[in-house]
Amino acid sequence: MKQFTDLYWRLDGTTSTNEKVAALRDYFAAAPHDDAAVALGVLSGGRHGRAVSLTLLRQWAADAAGLPAWLLEESYAHVGDLAETIALVLPPPAEEAGDSESSLAACMQSTVQALRQAADDDAKRAIVEAVWRRLAARERIVWHKLLTGGCRVGVSKTLVARALAEVAGLEPAVMAHRLMGRPIETAAQFATLLCPDETEADSQRPYPFFLASPLDADAPSLGDVAEWQAEWKWDGMRAQLVRRGDEAALWSRGEELMNEAFPEIVTAAAAFPAGTVLDGELLAVRDRRLLPFASLSRRASRRRVTKQVLAEIPCVFVAYDLLEAEGEDLRSEPLAHRRALLERMVPHPFDKAIDTGASVSGPPADGHDSGQRFFLSPCITADSWDTLAAARATSRQRGVEGLMLKRKASPYAVGRTRGDWWKWKIEPLEIDAVLLYAQAGHGRRAGLHTDYTLGVWQGDRLVPVAKAYSGLSDAEIVEVDRIVRATTLEKHGPVRVVQPTLVFQLSFEGVSRSTRHKSGVAVRFPRIARWRRDKEPQDAGHLADIERMIEMASSAGATA
Amino acid sequence: MPDLLELTPAGLYCPRGDFYIDPWRRVGRAIITHAHADHARAGSDRYLCAAPGKLVLRTRIGSSAPIDTLPYGESLSINGVEVSLHPAGHVLGSAQVRVSHGGQTWVVTGDYKLEADPTCAAFEPVRCDVFVTESTFGLPVYRWPDPASVAAEINAWWRANRDAGRSSVIFAYALGKAQRVAALLDPSIGPIVAHGAVMKMVEHYRASGVRLPPIDRVPPRARRVGDGRAMVLAPPSAAGSRWLRVFGETSEAMASGWMMLRGVRRRRGFDRGFVVSDHADFPGLMQAIAATGARRVLATHGFADSLARLLRERGLDAAALATKFTGETVGDSGDDDDDESTSVDEGAA
Repeated sequence: MKQFTDLYWRLDGTTSTNEKVAALRDYFAAAPHDDAAVALGVLSGGRHGRAVSLTLLRQWAADAAGLPAWLLEESYAHVGDLAETIALVLPPPAEEAGDSESSLAACMQSTVQALRQAADDDAKRAIVEAVWRRLAARERIVWHKLLTGGCRVGVSKTLVARALAEVAGLEPAVMAHRLMGRPIETAAQFATLLCPDETEADSQRPYPFFLASPLDADAPSLGDVAEWQAEWKWDGMRAQLVRRGDEAALWSRGEELMNEAFPEIVTAAAAFPAGTVLDGELLAVRDRRLLPFASLSRRASRRRVTKQVLAEIPCVFVAYDLLEAEGEDLRSEPLAHRRALLERMVPHPFDKAIDTGASVSGPPADGHDSGQRFFLSPCITADSWDTLAAARATSRQRGVEGLMLKRKASPYAVGRTRGDWWKWKIEPLEIDAVLLYAQAGHGRRAGLHTDYTLGVWQGDRLVPVAKAYSGLSDAEIVEVDRIVRATTLEKHGPVRVVQPTLVFQLSFEGVSRSTRHKSGVAVRFPRIARWRRDKEPQDAGHLADIERMIEMASSAGATA
Repeated sequence: MPDLLELTPAGLYCPRGDFYIDPWRRVGRAIITHAHADHARAGSDRYLCAAPGKLVLRTRIGSSAPIDTLPYGESLSINGVEVSLHPAGHVLGSAQVRVSHGGQTWVVTGDYKLEADPTCAAFEPVRCDVFVTESTFGLPVYRWPDPASVAAEINAWWRANRDAGRSSVIFAYALGKAQRVAALLDPSIGPIVAHGAVMKMVEHYRASGVRLPPIDRVPPRARRVGDGRAMVLAPPSAAGSRWLRVFGETSEAMASGWMMLRGVRRRRGFDRGFVVSDHADFPGLMQAIAATGARRVLATHGFADSLARLLRERGLDAAALATKFTGETVGDSGDDDDDESTSVDEGAA
């Protein structure tokens, strides 16, 4: 337990990626393999469900500390982390720290597993209280993280893979691939993970992604429109499908394997010949309609996808580039050539598979799903920049973010090389809105009011229209926090109702009618563009302004 | 019987004795608990503080106004009201103000701590009817670690930095915290140097007879200082400044009670956070309140509402006292304050 506790605090104590990798490497190189297997599961965010309910844990902690429940809740609102709050309010350990010498694996067995198997709440309580009595606060925090299943210390799978790759002397991508698939649970499995010889499975490495830059100049400055390939900029998740040997691997832009989150894509990829690599976008589509990005995020965040989720959020891969065919690296070929090969490989254009218009969010109509998983990102034919600009103007109705412009003669470069790939996004919608409620954030922003609910005028009252979490600088956040505290009218748990004094310019990507919101409208991806210190609440926008945006969007859609 | 002390727009006021305690406006007579900027404001006609606090108070308020002093424990009659000052254990010269008249006794703590601190006189419990207590860290998550273990942690960090050829920088408030940290250091590890703002206070501490390890001023226009072995004591406002360049490669830490929380440590972005506070932790507040025997408690600064509610549930007559510095983690003090009570985030902002 001590080794792992030390690792936790070493990771916690640094913001440097290299230092984190070094901490992980030192731990994995020194830890017994059974401990390492457990640690790996914890660090990769393996959720095995909570060993005990958080409600009970709070009650027991308040009792053990001799505090009323409300004070524990207020402390939690201040600290922003329940595991830490409970660890800190408890009295110091009564016994000599006994657990620091035992191994992580043994501790998990004797406490976390024992809790899962405990007959009733009293038995669980006895186990928990016994641990509290012997652990100091810094160890308790780590133990609570083990109990509640989430051990977030700013360590991504990628960093864990890098560290393990260093221990084993392998390429990070090879290790990343080995880490997916069967979870590592035993010492023997951990030993296999570090095996220095490359295996057949190690061959599923992706290519580095080529990233587009935002177009900040006028499109015509790019020259002859005929030299450019234009596509819709899909609002999905960038992905690379690697199909080699007998396997397929689906990689995110952060080079995380997503096979478990998108099993239907991986299964369908078997139809491609070995030695094929596609670059493209994952999108959620149901009943010929694009689903909101939030649905796709739900899919991506699952480690195991249930049948129900698969039916509710069916996904497709929309391909826009071919990086490898018949095992040959095509990246130095011009885009026009790669595109021609891609169209043969993936013949179904995606625009024929969906109906444009507002996206849906209700339940499935009849669960019908064509079963087709791979589509071609269509090119927009245009003989002038004006035609493209007109097409771009229809983006919001199509549920896309704008256009992608790619130079037909360009190779597939590495990273964000400027000049050949541009994203020509549509301008966000904007309205000035007034701060109505504020809530304290968590983690790095714990104790600061960073979650804002903003409202606009409806007649002579302000109605909430959006929650925004981002957009201000750290200094502005501190300043707003101070004003929130000074202008609080009421407190409802962690939420403060403030006197309307602050006006922010709110940006959002789209807006639709909603029966779930009091204002009757739902805005998409709201964020704060800037603080309008020059405006008073009475200068803020009206609900009627937002309703006009909805009408304009639908009428534009009708004429497009 | 009317209250002996009442809250006015200028601060806590005693009508009978016609004096203020820690006023935030210019007044006739001000009794000052300690010289931090949120308690000691310049501009009043006349000041009274505990004898050991005179030098630091003088530095803070400028040279003109007269400062009367009173040794700890001795009393003085002001317009018939009995006033005495008692050690608060916060910083050099910090005092609780005891005010007594007509069978009514109030104690106003200013800021205080119960932990041992070799750089100032130890907190002394004073019996009273009404106790006006600070509550900066009035949540049960604040329980300070043993000072000896913090000292060991700081010295181990300094030693490791020295061995790696890095200077160690600790950001600590110039008055009080920096001297307290200095007293925790093991001078056998390497040289200790300080920023001018810290040094000025170090000299006052020495002049008042407080024993501190050898500390050198960083010479102006120095090109290189400390040879990668030094411990540097600097005010939080020096964080990120050019002044730090003379130390070459550094590792930086903050010393504050707020460093208790992981989220705050991470947000502040220093390499380390050491839990060293000059305020009472939650168990300290509860212990101090019990020791006064007061039936009525007024909480101020920080988590005043929570503390008052808890005390009411435990049978005391308690309320939050609305001062200019209200609200959790206090947010109102705009000036270059150097006390933890300014807020979680302001020190180096």
